[in-house]
Amino acid sequence: MPREEVMKWLRARFFPHIWCPGCGHGVIMHALLRSLTALDKKPEETVIASGIGCSSRMPGYINACTVHTTHGRSLGFATGIKLAKPELTVIDVMGDGDCTAIGGNHFIHACRRNIGITAIVMNNNIYGMTGGQASPTTPPGAKATTAPYGAIDPPFDICNLAAGAGATYVARATIAQPAMCEQYIKKGIQHKGFSVIEIVTHCHTQFGRKNKRSSPVDNLNFFKQASVAKAKADQMSPEELVGKIITGEFVNKDIPEYTEQYDKLIAKVRG
Amino acid sequence: MPKIAFWQGNMGIAMGAIAAGCRFFGGYPITPSTEIAEAMAEELPRLGGKFIQMEDEIAGIAAAIGASIAGVKSMTATSGPGFSLKQENLGLAYMAEIPLVVVDVMRGGPSTGLPTKISQQDVMQARWGSHGDHGTIAYAPSSVQECYEITVEAFNMAERFRQPVLIMNDEVLGHMREKVIVPEDDSLVLVDRKRPTVSPDEFVPYRADEQDDIPPMAGMGDGYRWHVTGLTHNDWGFPTNNAAEIEKKMLRLMRKIDRFRDDIVKYDTESVKDADVLVLSYGSVARTALSAVRMARKKGIKVGHFRPVTLWPFPDKELEAIASRVKTILVPELNCGQMVLEVERVVGKERVVRQNLVNGELFKPAEILSKIEEVA
Repeated sequence: MPREEVMKWLRARFFPHIWCPGCGHGVIMHALLRSLTALDKKPEETVIASGIGCSSRMPGYINACTVHTTHGRSLGFATGIKLAKPELTVIDVMGDGDCTAIGGNHFIHACRRNIGITAIVMNNNIYGMTGGQASPTTPPGAKATTAPYGAIDPPFDICNLAAGAGATYVARATIAQPAMCEQYIKKGIQHKGFSVIEIVTHCHTQFGRKNKRSSPVDNLNFFKQASVAKAKADQMSPEELVGKIITGEFVNKDIPEYTEQYDKLIAKVRG
Repeated sequence: MPKIAFWQGNMGIAMGAIAAGCRFFGGYPITPSTEIAEAMAEELPRLGGKFIQMEDEIAGIAAAIGASIAGVKSMTATSGPGFSLKQENLGLAYMAEIPLVVVDVMRGGPSTGLPTKISQQDVMQARWGSHGDHGTIAYAPSSVQECYEITVEAFNMAERFRQPVLIMNDEVLGHMREKVIVPEDDSLVLVDRKRPTVSPDEFVPYRADEQDDIPPMAGMGDGYRWHVTGLTHNDWGFPTNNAAEIEKKMLRLMRKIDRFRDDIVKYDTESVKDADVLVLSYGSVARTALSAVRMARKKGIKVGHFRPVTLWPFPDKELEAIASRVKTILVPELNCGQMVLEVERVVGKERVVRQNLVNGELFKPAEILSKIEEVA
């Protein structure tokens, strides 16, 4: 049972939630709420945006300023909100398809712009809500309803994508490490600039049953066994890293944040 | 003292937006609307407002909606292909009831079509472009003066009715320069969205007031917590599959515009009292058509002109009152026949004559004059 201060962030009125029993998204929501509580954020000054998909239903259950938008486009909305009111804490929760397929363009440009938004990407390697279609992070060989003979296209590494596009804080954890999830989300929210926290989770209903990980426990065990801390991974060969999930911080750098730059521009123009 | 300016239509729209209190613009470059974005990029920072060039048309409207959710009057502008790309998020603004002004400077289509040439091919897209039912408010200005004034009115309507309002400009008017009398800022009547009067704990975000069917809107960051969604939702803003709640929402979306249709509809007439022939046109075409009507009058032909300024809601009962007295209604349009479908809905097909041009040019007065002479 979550702590009382965490429970205060929930819209109990909107329960029951739509997630399947055992879904990993609850672990991520709990980590997010613990982070917001630990950072002493006020719900009325916290915006949580999302697109479309199972993960994107999360804001509805959080009693803050919440914006459930169109598929892949949430970062555009979040950018408008943050730029209009930079004093707000803006978090964008996304799924792997939402973020890297239909929303890929918005994602890389939000990274490039370095606007003060925290993107939490819940990567479960599948389109869950629509019934288990392949996503840009479906591993090669894994089965999906639209890849019945196994996926043949190479997947995105979301953290590499974010780092390459210019995000200034990038980290990855799995739901088997909830304390690490909370730690990175907290650091992401505190970071000035665009932060990306990829959290590897599971969809046992849609991905698991086709890929021999059909119970939540199978998935948690898989994450524990497959996770490799970045420091250790740096010592390993590419062959040794096949099928592994590298966890840790990949980028943490300090460059000017977009809305601060904008305020400087306004001050300059207005003399 | 009012100021005299010499502006393009696109500049008239940008300056009208500024005067209306617009302090956020999200956009993407596209011909022939780009001057609006350029003007906003220059003007907004001077006023402490924000302009952002987004990565694409979709993000441009998304950012504008986001800023409006945060409580700032916002606009985006585009043309042809960009208007198609914006349709999805336009639908979200209808569903979530977010005030916004969207400008489409019409060019020839379909597809990339004619980026630098005029058309009126998007007027039905304005009404039906985004999937699903909703009320539409769309203006077609026909002078630079009107570009300015209509933009102020568009913002007022967006704020009052909590929904996107469209300005259907066209390439010729967008780029044409003419004199504008710019009123002093304090002479303008500006409308702001209705804010909640209850405390945050009592706030039910989509509970509409009975007298106008419009729910008060809190800006995010103003102390209220609420949920925005494109899913069909109940008064709490939460997704619903309950038939009664679905119907309540959908019917209110339509009703909030239908009820106040008379406050929204705008039109203009000339020489209609004794007219046997009525020419109905809008946008840049109305300028040509009015020249033709005046030339025909000099020749003794009893012809008048009707100009819908709001394409949507269409001034149907106003047209009907005048059309009942005329023998023929001529509808020149720069498309293959779009607003004429509304005219036919109102007056029947028998008396309606179409005149269509889709070669990228504007009608010449003589072309409309000879059609008037033919049907008179």
